[in-house]
Amino acid sequence: MARALRTDGMRKCIGCFSCMTVCAAVNKHNFSISKSAIKIKTNGGLKHGFYATVCHACKDDRACLEACPTGALVERKGGGVLLNKDMCTGCKKCVDACIVGAVFFDEEENLPIICKHCGSCTRFCPHQCLTMEEVDDVL
Amino acid sequence: MFYKDYIRVLNINLSTGRIRVDKRKDLRAYLGGVGVASKLLQENMNPDLPPLHEDQPIIFAIGAASSVFPVITKTVAMFVSPLTGELGESYAGGRLAFTMLHAGYDAIVITGKSQKPCYVTVTQTGVEIKDARAFWGMDSDKVGSYIRNREHGSGKRSIIRIGPAGENLCSYASVCVDTYRHFGRLGLGAVFGSKLMKAMQVTGDLPMPIPNFKDYFKTYSKLYKQVTETEVMAKYHDAGTPINVEPLSAMGGLPTRNLTSGTFEHAENISGEAFAKNNLIRKMACTGCPVGCIHIGQFRREFDHGYEYEAISVGYDYELIYALGSFLGVDNTDGVLYVIDAVERNGLDAMSCGVVLGWACEALERGIITEEQTILPLKMGDYVNLAKAVDYIAQGVNQLYTDMGKGVKHVAKKYGGYDFGMQIAGNEMPGYHTGYGSLVGALVGARHSHLCNAGYSYDQSNRDKELDKEKLVDYLISEEIERCLLNSLIICLFARKVYSRENIRMVLKCVGLDYTDETLTDIAKRILRTKLEIKKSLGFAIQDVKLPKRFFETPTTTGKLDQYMANEIAEEYARRCEEILAEEDESIKEFV
Repeated sequence: MARALRTDGMRKCIGCFSCMTVCAAVNKHNFSISKSAIKIKTNGGLKHGFYATVCHACKDDRACLEACPTGALVERKGGGVLLNKDMCTGCKKCVDACIVGAVFFDEEENLPIICKHCGSCTRFCPHQCLTMEEVDDVL
Repeated sequence: MFYKDYIRVLNINLSTGRIRVDKRKDLRAYLGGVGVASKLLQENMNPDLPPLHEDQPIIFAIGAASSVFPVITKTVAMFVSPLTGELGESYAGGRLAFTMLHAGYDAIVITGKSQKPCYVTVTQTGVEIKDARAFWGMDSDKVGSYIRNREHGSGKRSIIRIGPAGENLCSYASVCVDTYRHFGRLGLGAVFGSKLMKAMQVTGDLPMPIPNFKDYFKTYSKLYKQVTETEVMAKYHDAGTPINVEPLSAMGGLPTRNLTSGTFEHAENISGEAFAKNNLIRKMACTGCPVGCIHIGQFRREFDHGYEYEAISVGYDYELIYALGSFLGVDNTDGVLYVIDAVERNGLDAMSCGVVLGWACEALERGIITEEQTILPLKMGDYVNLAKAVDYIAQGVNQLYTDMGKGVKHVAKKYGGYDFGMQIAGNEMPGYHTGYGSLVGALVGARHSHLCNAGYSYDQSNRDKELDKEKLVDYLISEEIERCLLNSLIICLFARKVYSRENIRMVLKCVGLDYTDETLTDIAKRILRTKLEIKKSLGFAIQDVKLPKRFFETPTTTGKLDQYMANEIAEEYARRCEEILAEEDESIKEFV
């Protein structure tokens, strides 16, 4: 069964940033959280709690995919998309198309940063703010 | 820098506006953190000038393994302390280490003095000194908001700033780091103020490839597991450090009412459990720490009739509860948070502030100072007036409050009551009256902090045994040396038990530093030697310190202390320091 990342527990977040560190390390072999596919931010300073910006694993209509002129983004089982790096031109149309702002861009690699829903971040979330949910296999 | 053979130092001169970056291979001999910062302080300070002279530097340094392993989260600041006149060394968590690493700097040296109030921005694409005239006079919370709105870098920045106390050069003014953390002790805030520097924002997200991902991630995962799944760290997360309030009071080691007692009869009302029940609303973490020991408590204040309330949330910890709670006879959690809020807004060190107020309450009661001078009828437990007095200290509203802002040693020497102005070598006492370990430990510790060598911990674990002077001195000196190593990585001391030598060597290896235990011990000793040299050059000698008599009148957890015995232990420690200073540093050649 396919799985997708959920962020329903974010009100419990302590802001340790372990998820971002681990995402960048595992997926990009890099220490910089700018490479992470999940971003933790505050709602205007540390007094106001944290929220996570990450791929929602859209199922039916995938705006990023629709916007991609080259077909570099393809449907992922269980929601979201997968990136075919060789076909990407770095046009950033997917970045603009995602209205939750969850497609980031790696300027160094000239590629979008696409969450694969691998679940590494959830394994290093001390409060289970981030979890993996089993979802239908549908494309 | 990771995988490099040099330390990258950013130099900012506020007088000339010049910015310079140095790559220093020689500084590798000091590993990072406190080692690098000590050497840079020694190079840049001028022992013949006063601490707040514009030619005195501020040094920030991150550690050799900062931010990429769990709980290695701290930044060290070093300076000449305006409070003690000697070694200034203070640590803060938050996001500063993380952002300095990703901005590409191991250390920042700030010298000179700006012509007008300024703030500094450090990014991977440049350093700027900017106009802060309109920020001058603002409390630290407010200036944080303004800079947050004005500058870019949301989610990957750290904003450090001073409040009115720093601007007004109070000797124990603090620097607030990311709202809830601080460079608290020894007056870094005043050094900022003396340079007309209100704040600094550091932003960074430089790409940093991990060449040995497998080794790195294996190590990271192992340490993450140890930190989150073992009992070692649980107490810091659960009720947090305030869990110590009740047991310490029961043992008679909780400084109470200006140290007239070691037991607070209302300890239960200001215990870790009481705060958790009454006020705790959330916990937070420094970047890179899955433990999350930052406890935020909320209280409400009625600001007008008709059920008009404001909600105020502040961070609390054991040290704050001691200094602004039991030490001042404040017997309820809301009252303690009320005073913490005043200390936060003004940007003062909570411990020093509490101890100064403790002296003031007693001095007024004894008639050494008058109500005309204190303006308020200051007394133990009256947290509303105590909080007002905090404002008066920060603003220096009259001569007495200006003197109180210079520290308890200064004010008690001038007005009287030296023997109940509870300081150790000029630094206000920490929250432990546990025995010779805590008292002598703070006296001989390089920065006169309970964290130099954890003498309080020795007292508690050796409570039932007879005093063994040699053993105590051995413990204090070996702990001081080992902490030089921890502080050169810079590991949060709460995780000291997780970071054994084996684990330390493992994380260093992951970032390209493969050292033997012997080399690490040599480095740690080298760091202590540098600190001792700095202290000597600033005229400090253990033998010159005159401790207030009350330390020997109020029983500790291990009974009453004897002044001569304390001096004897301190002198033995001083002798051992001389030995360390005289040692030939053979292994430094490996790094040159």
